[in-house]
Amino acid sequence: MTALDRKVLRDLGRLWAQALAVALVLASGVATLVLAMGAYRSLDETREAYYERYRFGHVFAHATRAPDSLIVRIAAIEGVAAVEGRVVESVLLDVPGLEAPATAIAVSLPDHGEPSVNRLYLRTGRLPEPGRPDEVAVNENFATENRLSPGSAISALMDGVKRTLTITGTVLSPEYVYALGPGSLVPDNRHFGILFMSRRALGSVFDMEGAFDDLSLRLLRGADEQSVIAALDLLLAPYGGTGAYGRKDQLSHAFLDGELTQLLAMARIIPPIFLLVSAYLINMILSRLIALEREQVGLLKALGYSGLQIGVHYLKLVVVIACVGVVVGFAAGTWLGAGLTRLYGEFYSFPFLIFQWSVGTYLAAGAVGIAAAVVGALRAVHGAVALPPAIAMRPPAPPVFHHISFDVFGRLGLFSQLTVMALRHLWRWPLRAALSALGTSLAVSLLVVALFSFDSVEFMVDMLFFQSDRQDATISFAHARPPAVREAVLQLPGVMAAEPFQAVPVLLRHGHRERRLAITGKPMATDLSRVLDLDLQPVVLPETGLVLSERVAAILDVQRGDLVEVELLEGHRRSVRVPVAEVIQSYLGLMVFMNLEALWKLTGEGPRVSGMHVAIDEAKLSALYAAVKETPVVGSVALLDATRLKFRETIEQNMLVMTTVYVVLSVIIAFGVVYNSARIQLSERARELAGLRVLGFTRWEVSRVLLVELAIVTVLAQPLGWALGYGFAYAVIAGFESDLYRVPFVVERDTFAVASLVVMAAATASALLVRRRVDTLDLIRVLKTRD
Amino acid sequence: MDGAAADGFDPASGPHQPVFVIEGVSKLYRTGEVEVRALNGVDAVLYEGELTVLLGPSGSGKSTLLNILGGLDKPSEGTVRFRGRELSAFSERQLTLYRRDHVGFVFQFYNLIPSLTALENVALVTEIARRPMKPEEALERVGLAPRMDHFPAQLSGGEQQRVAIARAIAKRPEVLLCDEPTGALDSQTGIRVLEALSAINAELATATAIITHNAAIQAIAHRVFTFADGRISEMRENESRVSPSEISW
Repeated sequence: MTALDRKVLRDLGRLWAQALAVALVLASGVATLVLAMGAYRSLDETREAYYERYRFGHVFAHATRAPDSLIVRIAAIEGVAAVEGRVVESVLLDVPGLEAPATAIAVSLPDHGEPSVNRLYLRTGRLPEPGRPDEVAVNENFATENRLSPGSAISALMDGVKRTLTITGTVLSPEYVYALGPGSLVPDNRHFGILFMSRRALGSVFDMEGAFDDLSLRLLRGADEQSVIAALDLLLAPYGGTGAYGRKDQLSHAFLDGELTQLLAMARIIPPIFLLVSAYLINMILSRLIALEREQVGLLKALGYSGLQIGVHYLKLVVVIACVGVVVGFAAGTWLGAGLTRLYGEFYSFPFLIFQWSVGTYLAAGAVGIAAAVVGALRAVHGAVALPPAIAMRPPAPPVFHHISFDVFGRLGLFSQLTVMALRHLWRWPLRAALSALGTSLAVSLLVVALFSFDSVEFMVDMLFFQSDRQDATISFAHARPPAVREAVLQLPGVMAAEPFQAVPVLLRHGHRERRLAITGKPMATDLSRVLDLDLQPVVLPETGLVLSERVAAILDVQRGDLVEVELLEGHRRSVRVPVAEVIQSYLGLMVFMNLEALWKLTGEGPRVSGMHVAIDEAKLSALYAAVKETPVVGSVALLDATRLKFRETIEQNMLVMTTVYVVLSVIIAFGVVYNSARIQLSERARELAGLRVLGFTRWEVSRVLLVELAIVTVLAQPLGWALGYGFAYAVIAGFESDLYRVPFVVERDTFAVASLVVMAAATASALLVRRRVDTLDLIRVLKTRD
Repeated sequence: MDGAAADGFDPASGPHQPVFVIEGVSKLYRTGEVEVRALNGVDAVLYEGELTVLLGPSGSGKSTLLNILGGLDKPSEGTVRFRGRELSAFSERQLTLYRRDHVGFVFQFYNLIPSLTALENVALVTEIARRPMKPEEALERVGLAPRMDHFPAQLSGGEQQRVAIARAIAKRPEVLLCDEPTGALDSQTGIRVLEALSAINAELATATAIITHNAAIQAIAHRVFTFADGRISEMRENESRVSPSEISW
């Protein structure tokens, strides 16, 4: 080992506390990068593997009733690898121990062999016997939530007939990784389940013998999805086909995609903050170290070392610190990433998890971490390289101070000389003060980013459940009914009000842009389920024309007044050109509304409703539940209260984990920045402070010079941190926006206050830690040596 | 050197009380495995209004004694009494108050606060002292009133040292301890600094101790202590003092 390398080690030994603070900040950046990328890749890989092994479909379609003979023709479409025709129907369940009715989707299983598409993973028990109408397998989460196991019995209302079903096993399906019931915003596994039943049995119950109403296809590698969809639509059209679609419109897949998008957004926004702060801290420490070692630099040059050798010497110090940070970051990121992936595994239904920690992720994160440190060091190292030896051997000229405007206050005696010292010191190095403030403000901003999501969710819950969807429950009918059904619904016990709605699947087309969506028809003025714009003002649905959410308008590239081609995917399947009456901004993604009567004219099938939003008298809830469980026309019931609870619970649980991580990381940044600023100040001003002690100032009075300056910088950092946090939060929200929903951007004042309090507490703690060093200043030695 | 205390200091100039009574003071420093005896049984008495010069080579112990007198360090053995109170028994807090109220320091490298002007550097002390003079008056005494709004970087070395002296005397200290006050200055500037110290000693009757390597300076003292190997090897009273303007080096 060369003498210079020994110096690197000794310097590290001397600066260990500051070096550790930098390493931890850097580690945080590397960890978040590894965490986000690792969780993203693991989840992506797990999903891919699950899809492949269990043959998840590529194209999906529904029809009213298509003969099994059609399957052969569908299989013959170019690019199709496998076809599975199934019976898929919604049923109403009466689960022991659950007062409210539960909704389920019943999916048929082939009577011979495994399904060629969407295979099941059997977790416990066995699959139902072919032809047994009383046997079902259920999805694992529904079984767990309702404490059902093989052998348990549930009661089901199937096509108007009440049956008792015995559970034979619990399963997982790649189709329902994210099992979202009708009318729900998050999975509610207690009230929504998937039943798997023998094809023969389900077919006979729903009068589907020799026919299917649902289709999943797998495509050959390289097949053209669009042309398969077009061919499939042609074949299914006579049988009530509602238009085939690919994975991107498959609900479970789309939600998983949204989650992956969010992980990527996290990887893009959070780590750069840490890397920036690390670069700044390295710059700060190294500049100071080189300033203190001017004479040594001069000496080394006098001895014949080149500028390059000296530059490399200091870079080695930085690289060692960065390597420590990278290694700690790898460990923390891997550990947290595995935890996060497991959390996802629990939330989503995966039969297995693949932890995908690719070498590439580590290499990239490590390289980025070290690069940030080296970039931070460049300015200081350049300073050392450029110092001419003769100048380096002389102490630097004393800094020149100037009178500043607040000297007036000093003259007036408003500030003590100690405060004036602190103020002038700040004023003398405004850039450094600004950078310190920036570092601290980044900690504040990170906390704002971590905490604001609670505000947004609070707002979203209020908006969705108390402003927009104010109904207590939504009843969907198994098949569309005439509007007079409203009278019957009102007759149900406890129903105080009922508002009809109709959902019609359509293909919207404008020029070459098209999108498969549902038009929701509502009465012109509604009280329960309301259409709101971003200002939460109710939107009155015009007598004609479509009301589109902004996102749909953007997808179709239309504005108010443009004509959109509406292709009906049910019934007559005709195409009509309809004007865009209004474009509204809304939090829920792809919404198309229409006045109910206008929609009836559009479909040409006369007045029909898909379901009712109802207000319920809570006192009569039990009676209503009991009645609904016996009502044949009801296809599904979504209880808003249960959804509301589940929504909060799900989102807050996820947020709590992330918030905890962010708070820890912010404290590390605040601590790192303030601790390093204080240590550097102390080393630069040791002589000055020791001088004050000699003059008879107490330790606290001397510390005050240091603390006042740190306090000013910390306080200045707050508003900047709020502003940055607001900006980062906005970027996060924008990154999270998907077709499914848009998170409202709300930051409450409390959030700023809490962020500031946490950072100020961390700053105070680190400042006090450094303050203790003032006590140990060696008065004699400091005054004897020259700066 | 026995008898120095008994000899006292020129009683002709008035009744003078002892300020410091130093008895059997030793100081040991331990650095690693090496033990250095910086002071080895020093006895002395310093009086009110007296100007003392401490001469001797590097490492002879004069700075160590000065640091002990100033409350910056404590003796390993022996006692130092300041106006009858035992300094060596003071707590950290008491030493701070002692420095604040009674001692003025002047160092070779001035130790001014670069971010404060000359006036403010002096005010730094007057703000916390018990019965200070006005900072302007202190600067007046060292002849720097016209430059009181200048920052240290805008002052010459001699001017900076005179600001340091003004800062040291502004609290009307009973003791003024100067460690090589002219060490970093040319002779002409050094003499101006000595003039300032001498004038203050005469006007305020401050017990003043000046450490120096420069033998020429001893002529301005009432008494001269010569240090060697941690002891006072010689004590000499000046029969006839000269004013700083009459010396040169």
